[in-house]
Amino acid sequence: MDKINIGQHISQQFNVELEDIRNRVMAMGGLVEQQLVAATKAMVDGNGELAEQTYNDDYKVNAMEVGIDEECSRILARRQPTASDLRLIVAVIKTITDLERIGDQAKRVARMAQRLASDDAKVGNYVELQHMADHVRHMLRDALDAFARMDVDAALEVAREDLKVDKEYEGLMRQLITFMMEDPRTITRVLDVMWAARALERVGDHARNICEYVIYFVKGKDVRHISLESMEEEVRRER
Amino acid sequence: MDTMMNSPSQANAPEGKHAHLFDRSTHEKLDLSKEDIALEVRDLNLYYGDARALNNISMKIPAKRVTAFIGPSGCGKSTLLRCFNRMNDLVDSCRIEGELLLEGQNIYERGVDVAELRRRIGMVFQKPNPFPKSIYENVAYGLRLQGVKSKRVLDEVVERSLRGAALWDEVKDRLHENAFGLSGGQQQRLVIARAIAIEPEVILLDEPASALDPISTLKIEELINELKDQYTIVIVTHNMQQAARVSDYTAFMYVGDLIEYGDTDTLFTNPLKKKTEDYITGRYG
Repeated sequence: MDKINIGQHISQQFNVELEDIRNRVMAMGGLVEQQLVAATKAMVDGNGELAEQTYNDDYKVNAMEVGIDEECSRILARRQPTASDLRLIVAVIKTITDLERIGDQAKRVARMAQRLASDDAKVGNYVELQHMADHVRHMLRDALDAFARMDVDAALEVAREDLKVDKEYEGLMRQLITFMMEDPRTITRVLDVMWAARALERVGDHARNICEYVIYFVKGKDVRHISLESMEEEVRRER
Repeated sequence: MDTMMNSPSQANAPEGKHAHLFDRSTHEKLDLSKEDIALEVRDLNLYYGDARALNNISMKIPAKRVTAFIGPSGCGKSTLLRCFNRMNDLVDSCRIEGELLLEGQNIYERGVDVAELRRRIGMVFQKPNPFPKSIYENVAYGLRLQGVKSKRVLDEVVERSLRGAALWDEVKDRLHENAFGLSGGQQQRLVIARAIAIEPEVILLDEPASALDPISTLKIEELINELKDQYTIVIVTHNMQQAARVSDYTAFMYVGDLIEYGDTDTLFTNPLKKKTEDYITGRYG
């Protein structure tokens, strides 16, 4: 079955509406990615101004979520979509919730960046955090790509990546704990870094969720809350 | 840290009276292979003269369920429906090959009593077609034909049938007025009452709500839902949302072929065939 054939409805208006929704999700994804990058940069560079800017920009993400949700309920009411159209709308409604949450996590990182920037004694070494941030950012981008192309294999790939992020997070935790044990004066600051790391780890989870919606759209199968192996199995299995 | 987030009760959650809440699927999944079968179509071909209108149709209609036929105009869904009680016999050029089994007996066999068949398999059409008689006489008509004369029996059946068709409360004070005085929706329910008065096993509905307003349509749909406790129902409809609302199983037909047939939930959320998908989502086929 063709993955995306939004443009083939007899009703041209419906084509336009679905295309519009899809574009808005992609735009929202782009904005969220920007927020994530900015928040990380603010943290690593100790740039308080950028942190504040990022923190304040979160309202844009929220506004987009509300707008897309409204459009989705309008389509549900007026078009009563079925089959892949229905699955697309459901996937969109769920995807933007996760995108909005990623936005919140970026905001959280920005707040931590603000606090750390106002502190004179810089924690200094953010190599691991930067690495993790890059990793989840790639996951987010790949998830959005998978969403744009409705590509199941790409979606599975992102789900696999999430496991790696979880490992990275654990490693980072261990390292930060060591810092705190070595020099208890850093505890306050390191705890802030820990919260930021936690937020980034959550971003990975949300990216994985988005991929699950991609699989739902393409395969019509709900692969949430199951192991990666069962997920792969579900995707391979023909009906 | 992660393990701290998990609630300790999660491991033993699926026990106790709320266990069903933890099922991944909360909706009863229908399975045609587990149903009692009321009607079975085997390799049915139907010709109007030289033109073949139905191609090798084979399907099983489950008992006491609602089965909907959908498809574009001319796909053969009404033709197939009319095969079930041999209404096509009335068309001169019509020829049928294959079998149609009602409780294991082929209804196209020689010697089948067609009048008796149509008593067992009743039909309701697109336009309500009450007889130009009183409401009471419309419902009692079939029984009178069968030779029932007892007023007590007739009264009882008329009331039971009108109640069954969710019409009793609206007409009980004017049973002897002409049926043409009823609204379209009421007339359609009257026709359904007339159909169930003779206690059929199967009720065939050919676009039963397409000439009705939305509220009357909902009443008919509600009625269909109630009737399926007692009767096997087969409905042909142009209105896909209606099929999605009322039916347990849906068959999608396209130019004489049965393209896809399965439980309605699956067919409307994740159909197997591209043709089905294109039709129900309104795409170019």
